Amino acid sequence: MADEASIDPADVTGEGVRRRDFINIAAVSFAGVGGLAVLYPLISQMSPSADVLAESSTEIDISAIQPGQAIKAVFRKQPVFVRNLTPVEIAEAEKVDTGSLRDPQTLDERTKAGKKNWLITMGVCTHLGCVPLGAGEGEVRGEFGGYFCPCHGSSYDTAARIRKGPAPKNLEVPSYEFTSDTVVKIG
Amino acid sequence: MSFPWAKEYKPGHPLMQWLDEKLPLPRFVYNAVGAGYPVPRNLNYMWNFGVLAGFCLALQIVTGVILAMHYAANGSVAFDSVEHIMRDVNWGWMLRYAHANGASAFFVVVYIHIFRGFFYSSYKAPREMIWLLGVVIFLLMMATAFMGYVLPWGQMSFWGAKVITGLFGAIPVVGQPLQVWLLGGYAPDNAALNRFFSLHFLLPFVIAGVIILHIWALHIPGSSNPTGVEVKQESDTVPFHPYYTAKDGFGLGVFLILYCAVLFFAPNMLGHPDNYIPANPLSTPAHIVPEWYFWPFYAILRAFTSDFFFIPAKLMGVLAMFSAILVWFFLPWLDTSPVRSGHYRPLFRKAFYLLLVDVVVLGYCGGAPAAEPFVMISQIASMYYFLHFLVILPIVSSIEKPAPLPYSITEAVLGKDEGAVLHANPTAA
Ligand code: HEM
Ligand code: FES
Repeated sequence: MADEASIDPADVTGEGVRRRDFINIAAVSFAGVGGLAVLYPLISQMSPSADVLAESSTEIDISAIQPGQAIKAVFRKQPVFVRNLTPVEIAEAEKVDTGSLRDPQTLDERTKAGKKNWLITMGVCTHLGCVPLGAGEGEVRGEFGGYFCPCHGSSYDTAARIRKGPAPKNLEVPSYEFTSDTVVKIG
Repeated sequence: MSFPWAKEYKPGHPLMQWLDEKLPLPRFVYNAVGAGYPVPRNLNYMWNFGVLAGFCLALQIVTGVILAMHYAANGSVAFDSVEHIMRDVNWGWMLRYAHANGASAFFVVVYIHIFRGFFYSSYKAPREMIWLLGVVIFLLMMATAFMGYVLPWGQMSFWGAKVITGLFGAIPVVGQPLQVWLLGGYAPDNAALNRFFSLHFLLPFVIAGVIILHIWALHIPGSSNPTGVEVKQESDTVPFHPYYTAKDGFGLGVFLILYCAVLFFAPNMLGHPDNYIPANPLSTPAHIVPEWYFWPFYAILRAFTSDFFFIPAKLMGVLAMFSAILVWFFLPWLDTSPVRSGHYRPLFRKAFYLLLVDVVVLGYCGGAPAAEPFVMISQIASMYYFLHFLVILPIVSSIEKPAPLPYSITEAVLGKDEGAVLHANPTAA
């Protein structure tokens, strides 16, 4: 074969695939793949760095939160709302027909069994990420008594489900567990 | 490039002759903005704003490079470093106000420049490429200004960054990971601030590069003019220098008076007091709005409050906001009238002024709280905005009967043109 290649008539006549063409394509492909490989670290460096990802879980003492009250805690540098629902608020959340909701979920699905009064959600509006009002003392809670986002007017109900405004989803429920009756561990 | 009667560069001094042989930079300048560049003789002050925009970019680069000498892009000290610029650095207050208000002035100038293009249909052949590059410059400016506003790390900086990167989160499937990638975290923090600073430093130089292409593309057909009639002969033009260097210089003086009036007497007029509160990730200001120059687009974003068929409201708003600018890219092919200038297009002129009013209304709504009646008004105005470009403009340009055009620029200016006489009476030739 090698013998034949060295006397390839195409090399002489300039017809068909010449050795030059092969070398050219091989070299450009090699450089192209190499170039793409270099892009990977350039793009990847933008993603969250190890220290940002290593942000550990957060423990919150909830013993002081009275029914009707809420607090803001911090998890991964973002606010978390921990709210102690009153029986009226629970009843209100349960009487809603889930079929009519934009993001259908029941209160039970959004809380832990037997701890239905503890509504724990991220305090990050699912529209564009503002912190909704309603967790702080005296803040407006909007038309549906839950939370109200002042940025573009999204209203959430007492199960923190989206009811009105541009937000597409209910406030996210982070993964958490009760480590005791008065302490929740988020993350 | 340029017209056959353009004056040729003749270096006088031997040193300049030597330079011209080795690197003809003076020749290049002479042909671009000197006596070697013939320009229509009838340009009005609307043609001043390109030069003013160039001035604004230079102003931003000079003040920006100086600010960068004193600024620190780290979440824990950024706010304090800006206060340090304001209180401690010699003339720091002036340089910072010059930069912040320079951004506003830049947008005022560029908006006038763009609307000049709308009115005189400057986007039409043979100038499509100039227009397309201009839209690219505008997009880059918006990105630059947005990232610059994040740097002082006040409340508006932080929440602006959060909301605007949240726009990308609306894209299906890849949105959420894309937002995290852009920010380098789950919320704006050091990683985001640092990369915004790096890009805010870089992009103005990219803009400068695109401006060079913009002007290169301009110098092929030459400037349009208020009649929209193309240059035919030498008597239609005057050399850029000294005629337009003088006219632009006068315009620059007027611009500087207005700019300095704001800079020295009302430097915070266009800013937002909340940005003097350090960034707090746990509390959103009651009324967050972007800088005024984003208001019309922000109003379009917020106009979508309920789902549209299967597209969620949030995605719809984002698509509409970007489309509001992207539609400009198609303008040269949406307006099919052979006549350029709005002066000779009675119907088009009405549509133009309605669009102007519409954008002002959108701007007002974008700066107002997200409540009624502003939401409804923004919905109507957004609808009209797209209607203008996609329906009204194509229809108007096909049904309108334009007013008679002058034969040439010379005739438009002097009332008569020897060439026009020849033209009307070909046997005389
Ligand atoms: C297209 C040109 C530019 C525009 C539209 C622009 C716009 C802005 C805006 C709106 C701000 C926030 C102002 C404030 O509220 O304080 C800002 C801040 C800043 N810019 Fe620029 N800029 C431009 C070019 C540059 C350049 C070329 C540099 C550096 C080389 C630069 C460096 C800075 C720095 C260090 C800050 C933070 C200090 C401060 O807040 O005043 N900028 N820019
Ligand atoms: S961010 Fe909450 S409504 Fe837009």
